[in-house]
Amino acid sequence: MFAIYKKELRSYFINAIGYVYVGVFLAAAALLCCYTTIGSQSYDASNYFTALIFSFIILIPLLTMKLFAEEKKLRTEQLLLTAPISIWSMVLGKYLAAATMFVGTAMISCINFFPMYTYAREERLAAPYSSEHLGPVTAEIISCLVGVILIGLAFISIGLFVSSLTENQLAAAVITVAIILVMLVLELVNQYIDTYAIRFVIDWVCVLSRFSNFTVGILDFSAILYYLSISGVFLLLTVRVYDKRRWG
Amino acid sequence: MIKIEHLVKNYGSNCAVDDISFEVKKGEIVGLLGPNGAGKSTTMNILTGYLSATSGSVSVAGLDVLDNPLEAKKHIGYLPEQPPLYLDMTVEEYLIFNYNLKGCKLNRTRHLEEICDVVKIRDVYKRVIKNLSKGYRQRVGIAQALIGSPEVIIFDEPTVGLDPKQIIEVRNLLRNLGKDHTVILSTHILQEVQAVCDRIVIINKGKIVADELTENITRAVENNRRFSLKICGPQKEVLNMLRSKPGVVYAEVMPQRDGDAYCYTVESEVGVDIRKSLFYTLAEKNWPLVGMEALGMSLEDIFIAIVDQSAPKNRYERRERVRSGKGHSETQREIAKTLMDNAGKKQGGEYSALFGEEADKDSK
Repeated sequence: MFAIYKKELRSYFINAIGYVYVGVFLAAAALLCCYTTIGSQSYDASNYFTALIFSFIILIPLLTMKLFAEEKKLRTEQLLLTAPISIWSMVLGKYLAAATMFVGTAMISCINFFPMYTYAREERLAAPYSSEHLGPVTAEIISCLVGVILIGLAFISIGLFVSSLTENQLAAAVITVAIILVMLVLELVNQYIDTYAIRFVIDWVCVLSRFSNFTVGILDFSAILYYLSISGVFLLLTVRVYDKRRWG
Repeated sequence: MIKIEHLVKNYGSNCAVDDISFEVKKGEIVGLLGPNGAGKSTTMNILTGYLSATSGSVSVAGLDVLDNPLEAKKHIGYLPEQPPLYLDMTVEEYLIFNYNLKGCKLNRTRHLEEICDVVKIRDVYKRVIKNLSKGYRQRVGIAQALIGSPEVIIFDEPTVGLDPKQIIEVRNLLRNLGKDHTVILSTHILQEVQAVCDRIVIINKGKIVADELTENITRAVENNRRFSLKICGPQKEVLNMLRSKPGVVYAEVMPQRDGDAYCYTVESEVGVDIRKSLFYTLAEKNWPLVGMEALGMSLEDIFIAIVDQSAPKNRYERRERVRSGKGHSETQREIAKTLMDNAGKKQGGEYSALFGEEADKDSK
């Protein structure tokens, strides 16, 4: 598993795709942070994180599209499948490599909060009255970050699964974009639906509805479980794709 | 070392491998031979755990590949038909990746150096695989299969796309590997099997149609009873004489001529040498014999005879082949039949009867 993990990480940076991903992620994060916090004169980071989740529509497929599709095209999956490793360790190795890229970049993007904290400190010094409530709420930011990372990991496992279905990277990317888009946009549609039953079902599919608790600083256990299960289910499905091909 | 028992693989309703059984002993080099789509690659893919079998069992070094794939795969080095190379890696990175992937315990630097020397890729060790020629890529693929020095090495058409010099090098390499590894090799190049393998297993339409030691086949091939003759004399009378001669089973005039001599092809009965008596008869009739040449029979002829007999083409096509002189001689058919019968006995006696029936149906 470690060999595959290392190989995937390396391949991100030997091809342009890793740099493109990191660059676009950081640029998008910085831009969104400017607009949603400093630009709109607010210390509330939740808008920033929600906007960041929407940027995953483009970013996550960049990470996942080639994971299995390329192996299939180059016929190198035969090498992995005939090596003395289990299918699970092959899938997990690839998943963890993409996850490392994602979590790493997400952590780096936290430098966007430095201006907010600096600004808040100066404002507190200048304020004539008691000013402890001024500035960003660190707990909120941490819980949002946890939520965003969990959502990203869930999307990565979806992208991984899609990539295992096709040998065309572009097709894998487009399908992943479509799935993530639907999962995010459903939340917006949901507001206009009156029937309770439909709303309940859509609520189950869309990931954003569970994010609201994170934005107020609550580490919602059910939401964490929900996001982790999405990751787990799609990893399992990926393993099944390979199992089935072997037995088919 | 390798044991395949009643292996069956269906792709939907299409049967790729149909009840194959054979065993490979330690240190043996076995050639899997067969036309395209015969089931060679499928058999190898099952052997390496890439595909599962519909039924039957495959074991390597006493470990069942389907029940205990991880342990069994540790004993196998596999080079698929298209070498599985990551084009953006250097040879060094690729080999190290494979070393880690296989969880190899040997001293890394020394082991990789040894392998590079064996397959002669030292000079491209630091180069990116994308920029290597096909021959070098193939060798890197072979190097990959040798990592961890597995007991069983499986090569799927290892010499495809190489130039003649490289082919010879790869063959020498395979022969050397056979000294301390068990090697299975698939190919449709017959000289290759003849040059490298101890044993030949011929597969057609998913079935084993022949399973014989190479030396036995070679001996059968050399035991030759066809001659080409060049005789000066009246064509019809000479032909009649040849046909009526005891011991001759077949005689025909060939289209080519050599001066005033006509060319004939003659085939004798088993165990009869007609050359001396033929010479005296011709001398008696005053028809000078200006050339006599044994017609070589290659493994190729036998292979085609076997493949044709085991899966007869439609009657029309076959008749056309015979008319155009491409039909098989009696000898070829006999050798093919013997080989198939032997294989049938090894498989439990079912095959020979089956093929007999098929051939009968075809001739009707």
